[in-house]
Amino acid sequence: MKIVVCVKQVPNTANVKIDQQTGTMIREGVESIINPDDLGGLEAALKIKDQNNAEVIAVSMGPLQADKALRECLAMGANRAILLSDRAFAGADTWATSLVLAKAIENIKPDLIIAGRQAIDGDTAQVGPQIAEHLGVPSVAYVNEINLNMDSLIVKRMFEDGYQTIKVKTPCLITVLKEINQPRYMKVQKIYTAFRDGLVEVWDNSKLNIEQENLGLKGSPTRVKKSYTKGVKTAGKVFEVSPKEAVQIIVDKLKESYIL
Amino acid sequence: MELGFDREHILLRQMLKEFTENEVKPLASEIDEEERFPKETVEKMRVAGIMGIPFPEKYCGEGGDYIGYVTAVEELSKACATTGVVLSAHTSLCAGPIFEFGTEEQKEKFLKPLASGEKLGAFGLTEPNAGTDASKQETIAIEDGDYYIINGSKIFITNAGYADIYVIMAMTDPSLGTRGITAFILERDMPGFTIGKKEKKMGIRGSATCELIFDDVRVPKSNMLGKVGYGFKIAMKTLDAGRIGIAAQACGIAEGALEETITYVKERKQFNRAISKFQNTQFVLADLATKIDAARMLMYRAAYNKDNNISYTKEAAMAKLYASEVALEVTNKAIQLHGGYGYSREYPVERMMRDAKITEIYEGTSEVQKMVISSYLLK
Repeated sequence: MKIVVCVKQVPNTANVKIDQQTGTMIREGVESIINPDDLGGLEAALKIKDQNNAEVIAVSMGPLQADKALRECLAMGANRAILLSDRAFAGADTWATSLVLAKAIENIKPDLIIAGRQAIDGDTAQVGPQIAEHLGVPSVAYVNEINLNMDSLIVKRMFEDGYQTIKVKTPCLITVLKEINQPRYMKVQKIYTAFRDGLVEVWDNSKLNIEQENLGLKGSPTRVKKSYTKGVKTAGKVFEVSPKEAVQIIVDKLKESYIL
Repeated sequence: MELGFDREHILLRQMLKEFTENEVKPLASEIDEEERFPKETVEKMRVAGIMGIPFPEKYCGEGGDYIGYVTAVEELSKACATTGVVLSAHTSLCAGPIFEFGTEEQKEKFLKPLASGEKLGAFGLTEPNAGTDASKQETIAIEDGDYYIINGSKIFITNAGYADIYVIMAMTDPSLGTRGITAFILERDMPGFTIGKKEKKMGIRGSATCELIFDDVRVPKSNMLGKVGYGFKIAMKTLDAGRIGIAAQACGIAEGALEETITYVKERKQFNRAISKFQNTQFVLADLATKIDAARMLMYRAAYNKDNNISYTKEAAMAKLYASEVALEVTNKAIQLHGGYGYSREYPVERMMRDAKITEIYEGTSEVQKMVISSYLLK
């Protein structure tokens, strides 16, 4: 079995700062990590590998610095790592990104593609399902449990208020939540071998042959009008009191604000 | 890139930081309070490959190096010096000499399970009447056909009871002094080998420190490490390497205490402002950080020398001497900056100060380090 895991290198910060002028993220001085949902995807693939002897291939589109994220995937146990990097890919929105990833995955011909639900920098949750669209394979998003059958998967798809159990035929794509598992630590021995030459393959567009007009900024229908950080609310106050006292406190507060 | 570190060392440190944060830090106070050996952590360290970092893959090690191993001791010790010394005694005092001086057969039998972390290691040199003067060994090994029969005892043995494999020094010819000492590999289940009383200690209280008792222990000659009479040499070589691990432990303790203090002084308000705004705080922190960095440089230089087959005896002694002094000074000042809270067990710095003291004592006291260093100066 061949599993492709899509990973994205993202800035490690819960509150990304936005450049007010350009509306884009300020990446300088921020440490880069593997997107947490993607790490869950990698662990899910490695669990399948532990039990079924699968080949796990980590794929990332990004600048050459994303090499580090792929070495981490190798150190955790991925068999191969492929970095899709080309100046022409720069400035891509989710559509242009998913096209590049899909073309690369076409070359690999996996039985299963696992992506993280969404990246903590963009939060779109679009790239995974879009890859499935480009490839014409079924996709299930928000997966929190995977059970493998012969030529299908039974997955649990989580919603805020419940879940669905879905049977899906392979080849297919799933996107997973980081809550699906606890990712393993990198193994020391694999850390030492992860940096050997040739372990991270770099593919540019000469390998994928995508028309220039479908790449990068040109191939991106999305235009960002404005990005901004929502204002921070002041911290709430917790009263641990009986319901009766709670009612009194609420009434008092409402009166204080002249609502009552 | 940081001086002297390769990309794999940086990734290794990242992994160790995550491991320490998730697995080691939450237990540190509990194992100190309960004087409990962190068995479950050692098992997790085995899975992650932390127990055999500097040994080749053919002996079930991780194919890493000494810099990687001391990085592990340093990172673990930032949160818990006990966990740091469990790894240090296992790696540099037990697996280390077997790798360096063992026969191929001994490496197959003992190094493989040690490096894979399946078994835990310990080392025994110190006796009630043989501390710094290690030549006064009273543990005796008498030849008997294909065996040696060992009688005597060892004290203050780290990992005792939990370790499966022990590198032990015993006198094979008392008339020869240090040249009459021979090293043996003992297994926990050998008849006549028992674990004696457990020490109640000031610090590193989760670490198991016990007496070893040998009562007619029959050890096959194939378990002799090195040649007859080479035990003292092996012990000294082993401690040279071990000292880099203890220096790493001391650096880790100091770094952990500094991190805790930086967090505290930013939060703690007196006279209407965070105490980090006072120049006294700033100057103390600046001094401590500078000393820690100096200690780390000495420590990593010694590790670098060992990895590159450059003499490291003096360098290891300097690293341990200085790093242990820094650990004690930093933890002491960390408590001072915490004020009354620092003296309370609610904050980790008091434990760190108790833990720091041992680094000036074991694997050669600070005075022994000075003897080693000056012997190179006055050659």
